[in-house]
Amino acid sequence: MAAGASSGGSAKSDTYAEARNWLLLPSWIVIGIFVLIPVILMLIYSFLTKEFRGGVIWEFSLAAYDQFFFDRGLFGDSPPVIEWTYINIFWRSIWQAGLATLLSLAIGFPTAYFIATRPEKIRPAWVFLITIPYWVNLLIRTVSMKFLLRDQGPLNDFLLSIGVISDPIHIVNTNFAVQLGLFYSYLPFMVLPIYASVERYNFALSEAAADLYATKWVTLRRVLLPAVKPGVIAGCILVFVPSLGSFLAPDLLGGARNFMIGSLIEEQFKGNAGNWPFGAAASMILLSMVLVILMIFARQQAKANKGDA
Amino acid sequence: MTDTIAIDVRKAVKRYGDFTALQPISLSIHDNEFFTLLGPSGCGKTTLLRMIAGFEDVTEGEIFLFGDEIKTLPPHKRPVNTVFQNYALFPHLTILQNVMFGVEMQGKPKSEAKARAGEMLELVQLSQFAHRKPSQLSGGQQQRVALARALAPQPKVLLLDEPLSALDLKLRQAMRFELKEIQRETGITFIFVTHDQEEALTMSDRIAVMSAGRLQQLGNAQDIYERPHNMFVADFIGETNLLEVSVDAIQDKRAICHLGGGHELTCDAVDNIGIGSKVHMSLRPERLFLSDDPTESESLAGTIRENIFVGTDIQTLVTLENGPQMTIRTSNSDRGNKRIFEPGTPVYVNMEMGAGRLLVD
Ligand SMILES: Nc1ncnc2c1ncn2[C@@H]1O[C@H](COP(=O)(O)OP(=O)(O)O)[C@@H](O)[C@H]1O
Ligand SMILES: [Mg+2]
Repeated sequence: MAAGASSGGSAKSDTYAEARNWLLLPSWIVIGIFVLIPVILMLIYSFLTKEFRGGVIWEFSLAAYDQFFFDRGLFGDSPPVIEWTYINIFWRSIWQAGLATLLSLAIGFPTAYFIATRPEKIRPAWVFLITIPYWVNLLIRTVSMKFLLRDQGPLNDFLLSIGVISDPIHIVNTNFAVQLGLFYSYLPFMVLPIYASVERYNFALSEAAADLYATKWVTLRRVLLPAVKPGVIAGCILVFVPSLGSFLAPDLLGGARNFMIGSLIEEQFKGNAGNWPFGAAASMILLSMVLVILMIFARQQAKANKGDA
Repeated sequence: MTDTIAIDVRKAVKRYGDFTALQPISLSIHDNEFFTLLGPSGCGKTTLLRMIAGFEDVTEGEIFLFGDEIKTLPPHKRPVNTVFQNYALFPHLTILQNVMFGVEMQGKPKSEAKARAGEMLELVQLSQFAHRKPSQLSGGQQQRVALARALAPQPKVLLLDEPLSALDLKLRQAMRFELKEIQRETGITFIFVTHDQEEALTMSDRIAVMSAGRLQQLGNAQDIYERPHNMFVADFIGETNLLEVSVDAIQDKRAICHLGGGHELTCDAVDNIGIGSKVHMSLRPERLFLSDDPTESESLAGTIRENIFVGTDIQTLVTLENGPQMTIRTSNSDRGNKRIFEPGTPVYVNMEMGAGRLLVD
C-alpha cells in the first residue's frame, strides 16, 4: 500500500489519498456489517418488550434495564429497591477477569521477554509453540482442563503420588479454577503484544541503566517496563475484555456458584427460557463498562505520552 | 595525566565462538588521561570498551581499575560510566531525570541528585531544556545530555564510544574542543573511541591505533603521525605515499634504497632491517616539494599529472619516470614562494630532511 507514497507532488498525493480511501472501503464494509450492525441491533433489542418463548415484541420498554438494576418485588408492585444480584455478578466477573489478567501478566511477561531475547532466527519457532494449543477448539481445551484439575485427575494423582499432599485438593468449582481457565484461554493475547514491544525495545537502554548503577530489578521497573508499557496495556486489555464476557471457563470450571456475566447473557438467549431484551441490556451494560475502562487507559496513555512526540 | 594507572588491561582476549574479536591486548591508561582507541570499523574498539564497562566478559586476561581486578564485577558495580554511541537516553524521562538517574542509583538523596544534575546541565549548556523529553532535542543536544548523564555520578573513568560520529562536521569540530575542555576541567580519565584519525590527533594525550583486533601502535599524536611503526599505521593516520623500495646498503644509520625506475632514496635506518630486503617507505605529501632542478639531496624525476584544489592545499599528482605515482601537497599560504606546475611539465620531487620513514611490515 505504501508503494509510491514517498514520491510525487501534491497532485499525485491527492490521487494517492483517493485511491487509499477506495482501497479501505472493504474494511469499512466489514467493520460496518460485523461490528456496528450487531451492536445497533443489540441496542435496539435491549429497549424492546420480551416475548415469553424467546424473541421480542416490537414495543418500546425500559423493563430490561429496570430488571437489571431494581427489585420491585415478586409481583412488580413494591417500591423499587436496588437489585444486587446482577450487579454482584458483574462485580464478581470484573474481579475474576482482573485476577485472570494478573495471572496472565505474571506468566506472560517473562515468557514474552524470554522469546524476545532469543536469537532472531528461532523467535518465530517460539511464538509458534505458544500458539499451538490454540489450534484446538476452546471448548475441548476447557473440558480437558477440567479433567486435568479434578479430584481424581492427573494433577491430584501426581501430587498424591509424590506425597506433597495426602488428600486431593479441590480445584474444580472454585474461583481459582475459573481464573486458571481464563488464563489458559487467553494467554497468547498477553504474550504476543508484549513480545512485539519487547522485541522493539532498545536493549542499550538496559545497558545504560546498568552502567548508571541500576540493579536488574530497578532497570526492569524504571526503564524496561515504561518502554514496553503499550504492549503490556494492550495485552491486559486483550485478556481482560474477553475474560469478562467469557462463559465457557466459568460454566465448566466454576460450577453454579461462580457464575459470570457471560453465562448470564448466554442463558437469556438459550432455548425458550430466555429473555432477549434482558440479555441485550446486560450486553450493553457490559459493553459500556468495557468502553469506559478502555477510555481510562487511552486517557492515561495520552497523558503519559504528552510532550513525547 | 598523572603516573597513577587508572585502567590496566593485561593480555585481554575476546572471542565470540571461533572468532577472535580481540587478540591479546595490553594497555595502561593513566589517571586524568585523554586516551583514544583509534581504528577502522570492526577492529574491536567497542568490544574493548564494553569489556571495561562490564557488558562483555573477558575471555582471557585481566582488567584492573585503579589496582583492583574488575573482571567479575557486574556493570552496575563498576565506577565507570559510558557515553553510548547512539546515546541511549531514557525516552520516557525528562532531560533532568535522565541526568539524575545515575546519582540517584548511587543512593544519594533526590535533592543532591537534582543539584548535581543541574550543575552538569549547566556544564553542557542545556539548563533551559531540563524539562524536555530527549525526542524534543537535536542530535547534538542529545549527545550533550548523554555526556552530562555519564558525568553526573562522578565516575573514575568515562568511556565514550564514537560520541561525535552522528553529528555534522561543524558541530563535531565544536564538540571536540568542548569535550577536551570538560575533560580538563573535571580531571576524569576519558577513554575515547573513534574511527576518525583527525579527531584522535586533535584531542588525545595518547592514542592506541588498532586494526583487526590488534594493537598496532601506542603513542601521542606526533609519535603515531611522524613515526608510524608499520604500514597500517602510516596509511591509516593522515595521508601518505607508500613506496615499495629495496634496501641496498646501510651507512651511518642511513638506509640507501632504490625503487622501480632506477630512483634512489636515502632515509633513517630502522631496527631489524636487512640489506636487500623489500620494504615500504612512507613519505608524507606535505613534506615533499616540487622544483625544476634536482636539489643536491633527494630528488626523484617525474611528470606532473594533475593539480587538485582542496581548500587549504593544492594536491599535485606526479608520475615518477618508470615508477609509481606520488602525491605532493602545497599549502595555499605558500603559493607566493612556490610555483604551481602545469600538467605535463617535467619536475623533480624533493623531500625535506627526515621525511622518509621505513616501515618493516
Ligand atoms: N556479539 C557479537 N558476536 C559476534 N561477533 C561480534 C559481536 N560483537 C562484535 N563482534 C565482532 O567483533 C568485531 C569487533 O567489533 P567492534 O568491537 O564492534 O568493532 P568496532 O567498534 O571497532 O567497530 C567485529 O568483527 C564484529 O563483527
Ligand atoms: Mg564500534
